[in-house]
Amino acid sequence: MSNVPVSIELRHVARHYGHVAAVNDVSLSVGRGEFLTLLGPSGCGKTTTLRLIAGFETPSSGEVLIEGRAVQHLPAYKRPVNTVFQNYALFPHMTVHDNVAFGLRMKRVPSDERRRRVSEALSMVRLEGMERRKPAQLSGGQQQRVALARALANRPSVLLLDEPLGALDLKLRRAMQIELRTLNREVGITFIYVTHDQEEALAMSDRIAVMSQGSVLQIGRAEEIYERPTSRFVADFIGETNLIAGRVVSVADGVAGVHLHGGQVMQAQAGGAGREAEVTVAVRPERIRFAGPGETTEGLEGIIAEAVYLGAAIQYVVQLPDGSSVTVRRPAGDEAPRAAGAAVRLTWDPRAATVLTS
Amino acid sequence: MMQAPLSPADRLGRGAVAAAGVLVYLFLYLPLVILVLFSFDTSTINGWPIAGWTLSWYQKIGLDDALLAALRNSLTVGLEAVSIAVVLGTLAALAIHRYRFPGREVFLFMATLPIVLPGVVTGIAMLLFFHFFNIDLSLTTVLIGHATFCIVVVLNNVLARLVRVPKELAEAAGDLGANALQTFWHVTLPSIRTAVLSGALLAFTLSFDEVVVTFFLTGRDNTLPMEIWGRLRIGFTPELNAIASLVIAVSVVLVIASQAALREQA
Repeated sequence: MSNVPVSIELRHVARHYGHVAAVNDVSLSVGRGEFLTLLGPSGCGKTTTLRLIAGFETPSSGEVLIEGRAVQHLPAYKRPVNTVFQNYALFPHMTVHDNVAFGLRMKRVPSDERRRRVSEALSMVRLEGMERRKPAQLSGGQQQRVALARALANRPSVLLLDEPLGALDLKLRRAMQIELRTLNREVGITFIYVTHDQEEALAMSDRIAVMSQGSVLQIGRAEEIYERPTSRFVADFIGETNLIAGRVVSVADGVAGVHLHGGQVMQAQAGGAGREAEVTVAVRPERIRFAGPGETTEGLEGIIAEAVYLGAAIQYVVQLPDGSSVTVRRPAGDEAPRAAGAAVRLTWDPRAATVLTS
Repeated sequence: MMQAPLSPADRLGRGAVAAAGVLVYLFLYLPLVILVLFSFDTSTINGWPIAGWTLSWYQKIGLDDALLAALRNSLTVGLEAVSIAVVLGTLAALAIHRYRFPGREVFLFMATLPIVLPGVVTGIAMLLFFHFFNIDLSLTTVLIGHATFCIVVVLNNVLARLVRVPKELAEAAGDLGANALQTFWHVTLPSIRTAVLSGALLAFTLSFDEVVVTFFLTGRDNTLPMEIWGRLRIGFTPELNAIASLVIAVSVVLVIASQAALREQA
């Protein structure tokens, strides 16, 4: 990110309501044109973070910088950002045209340029010909597009989107995800996108910031977040994962040997873990495989408790001797399916597992 | 869907409910209907059956200067009270909705008190107040009395609407570059316009019919209900039926208009 100019920067931003910290010491920077997603469960502070950037909230402490300028004390109407609200917040008494033209009217853009930019914004979201309609006469998807056009007409340097696709059905949501991503690449506006949907985040973002309890736990590209979670929360929240407790018995070349509860020693990316640390090993179900006969004496021995055919894959639940269970997902058709009750030995590439200390 | 045949007991039950409904409406509206019918009666002594039909009582109103003056007073007081109420009531509703200030609940309770208190109490209290400050009773004191409950009507109406307007609308306006005044003018006011209008119409109706508070606060000039009441004490004339019928007609129109205004943006 270092060679891209910074569009938005948060420095130790906090927002307290009484004794409750909705946002707690968040620092992050977003490059110009980047698509950053704030991802987390409800109540994690992602929407408050967005509102702090938009100017609907004032930080209790810390700085918000837009294009290098500290704006934390500027009201919303003086900030060069625009928001797409979760419930769209279209003005019900105005036509589609007047809604989209609102920002330009407030900025006293001359009427002929205003008209041009309104039709430009409406064509960007493919809503030509709807100018005279009222919001109530539009479908949810169309309203969503009007909200987007209303924000885009102002040509903001940053577009803030608060779960903009939450109210749409799955098919429409998928289509809009692609459209938003295309829009971000084409117009070069910085997108900050709030969602609790991890699939959406993985599919759309340049980078993802995973938030929990008001803090950013991890920020990185989708693969980094998915493959190299740095905490139990992130590993668990993004996709499915097996979390197996153990103790580090060796560390060499960034690979830790972890003595898992259940007896065996398995290898995983050490991260920052040192010897003797009590840790959790995170490993994705699709990265675990069944060891062939005589292939290895390591690995977790277990009994298949359940085998579920999912179409593209078969999902197994493997019972370990200590009573815990591990989920394994194997591509269907690659190997002979295992039946429930079969004894198996589970193994994985050391690069596929990560040691988590928190 | 097939309608199941009704048992005799069901039919009886439905009949009883319908009859009760009719009785309630008769109870409410029969006196009004009779009053309106008598206003067209040629006889000066109202009795059944109606002796003959005439519009003369309505013509007589037009020649009755005292009655016309009272009507004018009522209209003036009503319009002025509503004007005060629209400004103060709307502003108070906006303040209560927007800000969380100490004593907000108390303020809201106190603001609605004039409509809960019996008119007698309000009337006496204000009468004592005006006496204490040596203010002579006149239409101005009546106006102040009416304004107290008119403000509450507008305030409640507007506040009920504001609660239903999503707060994101104002935020969206700010987000698009509108300052506080522009946000109010372009977004908040259009959202509450019909609620203000319906509150104003309702307040006017209340002021136009008000007797109790007016009784304590009126000076030499009478409002229409006071004039009617004063005349009733001396002796009944059928002209009063006619004026009362007109008041009913105006009130019904205003209340219907008020409801229509509310429904438009529901």
